[in-house]
Amino acid sequence: MSHFEPWSAERAAAIIAEFNGVDGATMPILHEIQHVFGYVPEAVIPMIAKALNQSRAEVYGTVTFYHEFRRELPGRHVLKLCQAEACQSNGSDHLRDCAEKRLGVKLGETTADRRVTIEPIYCLGLCANGPAAQFDDRMVGRLTEEKLEALMAEAQS
Amino acid sequence: MTIKIYVPIDVAALACGADEVALAIQTEALKRGLPVEIVRNGSRGMLWLEPMVEVETAGGRVAYGPVEPKDVAALFDDGFHEGKGKHSLHIGLTEEHPYLKKQQRLTFARCGITDPRSLEAYKLLGGYKGLEKAISLGPKDTVEEVFTSGLRGRGGAGFPTGIKWRTVAAAQADRKYIVINADEGDSGTFSDRMIMEGDPFVLIEGMTIAGLAVGATYGYVYTRSEYPHAIKAMNDAIAIARKAGLLGKGVAGSKYDFDMEVRMGAGAYVCGEETSLLESLEGKRGLVRAKPPLPALVGAFGKPTVINNVMSMASVPIILSEGGKYYADFGMGRSRGTMPVQLAGNLKYGGLVEIAFGCTLGSLVYDFGGGTASGRPERAVQVGGPLGAYLPTHLWETLFDYEAFAAIGAGVGHGGIVLFDDTVDMLKMARFAMHFCAVESCGKCTPCRIGSTRGGETFDKIAAGVEVEKNLALIEELCETMRLGSLCALGGMTPFPVESAIQHFPEDFGRGPKLQAAE
Ligand SMILES: Cc1cc2nc3c(=O)[nH]c(=O)nc-3n(C[C@H](O)[C@H](O)[C@H](O)COP(=O)(O)O)c2cc1C
Ligand code: SF4
Ligand code: FES
Ligand code: FES
Repeated sequence: MSHFEPWSAERAAAIIAEFNGVDGATMPILHEIQHVFGYVPEAVIPMIAKALNQSRAEVYGTVTFYHEFRRELPGRHVLKLCQAEACQSNGSDHLRDCAEKRLGVKLGETTADRRVTIEPIYCLGLCANGPAAQFDDRMVGRLTEEKLEALMAEAQS
Repeated sequence: MTIKIYVPIDVAALACGADEVALAIQTEALKRGLPVEIVRNGSRGMLWLEPMVEVETAGGRVAYGPVEPKDVAALFDDGFHEGKGKHSLHIGLTEEHPYLKKQQRLTFARCGITDPRSLEAYKLLGGYKGLEKAISLGPKDTVEEVFTSGLRGRGGAGFPTGIKWRTVAAAQADRKYIVINADEGDSGTFSDRMIMEGDPFVLIEGMTIAGLAVGATYGYVYTRSEYPHAIKAMNDAIAIARKAGLLGKGVAGSKYDFDMEVRMGAGAYVCGEETSLLESLEGKRGLVRAKPPLPALVGAFGKPTVINNVMSMASVPIILSEGGKYYADFGMGRSRGTMPVQLAGNLKYGGLVEIAFGCTLGSLVYDFGGGTASGRPERAVQVGGPLGAYLPTHLWETLFDYEAFAAIGAGVGHGGIVLFDDTVDMLKMARFAMHFCAVESCGKCTPCRIGSTRGGETFDKIAAGVEVEKNLALIEELCETMRLGSLCALGGMTPFPVESAIQHFPEDFGRGPKLQAAE
């Protein structure tokens, strides 16, 4: 899903301008930036700082504080595997091992062909239907080895 | 006559194929020339049955589940569109299901029954009666009604909601806020998500009542980025309510103004802590603030703020419409009303169970949950998320009640119960608790940030059999330091899962005989 736009300072400026006058606009701006570009490019930090009258360090601090904000482009697909307690009780550890083995990367890494990034996630609110996963925008419950295989095959096709 | 068929739109159902099932039903009905109207409702909370499809009949709604697309043709063959019961997925009348019948649904009264985007359906089932009442009572008596209900915060700390509201009501300011804590980061919990997806108007109505009661004119729902469906449902409902004059200037024709929006977190567990949440809302790092000042006085953007959990606020409409006393008549001791308990993990019948305080933990695990899904012996439950204690079976007679749980060194938290079977390695779980704390720490306090990292390393040594007793003593010391030296409950309560695991399951920590694996 290479649906992300290439970095463009004008586009970023337009996004930032959309939030003119919004209280506490940092997070909504960062989310929108990541939504459009797939990550939060370094170059956007001084732009946000200037628009919101903050220091670069403040904005930088915000970006790095939150697990969700990426500093680089992810793979074409992102597979998030829930690693929290309720999913652990249903065998999420085994599924993580399977995914890591099959893709040859660890959670938090992207395959060399840049097709898939796998990441841990701590609870999707699907704890009664676990193990749970998120594949791009799609939520997956009752994850099994077979379902996981199918997702990875789809990601690599 | 058109046949009404309900296919849930709750993400738990979607994650198990509900959209595909809805499509299959539509297609099959078309093929057979049957006039079918599909309603996308919220979830009833019998999550092991999702996607649970319901067919409206003269005798009531008849349930089938869990339905897969491949079942649909056979279901029609067996007359499911007439509510017939030949198919093996036939459950029977939804309302008669013991899982629902044994509950006391107050907050979740409508969830799963209606289309969450239908304001009309919401009003038909008692919606906006609470606001009407609040408008006629006025601010002061509205706060007192909430006080009378005995409602305590459902986010974890259990602080009386009425007292919080009184403080904000009494504060003088040009602007006040209602902030909803919808960060629901605890593993094993999903009640906030279910209400936002399944009955979003109840949260909007609750917030509007709160605004009127304390003199706040604007509200934020701060929720997690892991909940895109809930965010969509809330945004849709807010737009509908605004259009209907139920948000904005002079809500419902009254003299009170109230409007609101949804804000999204970014994968930081600590932002569920109320002051960290406020920092995040203001666009900063989620560093926990020292209290005082209380958020009630210096909250969002420096203004007096009511900050409540989704469940607390979603209980407000019924407290107003039926009266605080009605709500308080449920429950026991100082735990009044009902608790939306979430049964999760390795359970046969996972789901949402709203029940008056005072039932036993065991009845929740066995009578509702049906024991393990794996069929293996039960070994432990963790109650209250990553900061909750691990409890062995011999403590399951404990009553579900804030004080009774405190007495056994545990907490009710946000009502999540996660069951583990006998394959669980409690050392691994204790280590995970430390690891989670290290990853999620906001970094302000050394014991939380560094102590948890040390704790993880120490558990690695214990697992390797290195100086076990000495290292367990070190863990104990670390826990004590974290308890005393942490500003918030992330560092302060991580000792709960760690110490309860060691105390109740010593055999997993190289103490006492290893548990015999029941093969
Ligand atoms: C680390 C941490 C995480 C928390 N997460 C949540 C949460 O996800 N949702 C919530 O409502 N409260 C959470 N709380 C509790 C809040 O700080 C606060 O008590 C609550 O929002 C108050 O609302 P209530 O009185 O309605 O419960 C958390 C607390 C801590 C220390
Ligand atoms: S205990 Fe941990 S999370 Fe809480 S304020 Fe201290 S460092 Fe931050
Ligand atoms: S613990 Fe995995 S979805 Fe909640
Ligand atoms: S081996 Fe387990 S998913 Fe492939």
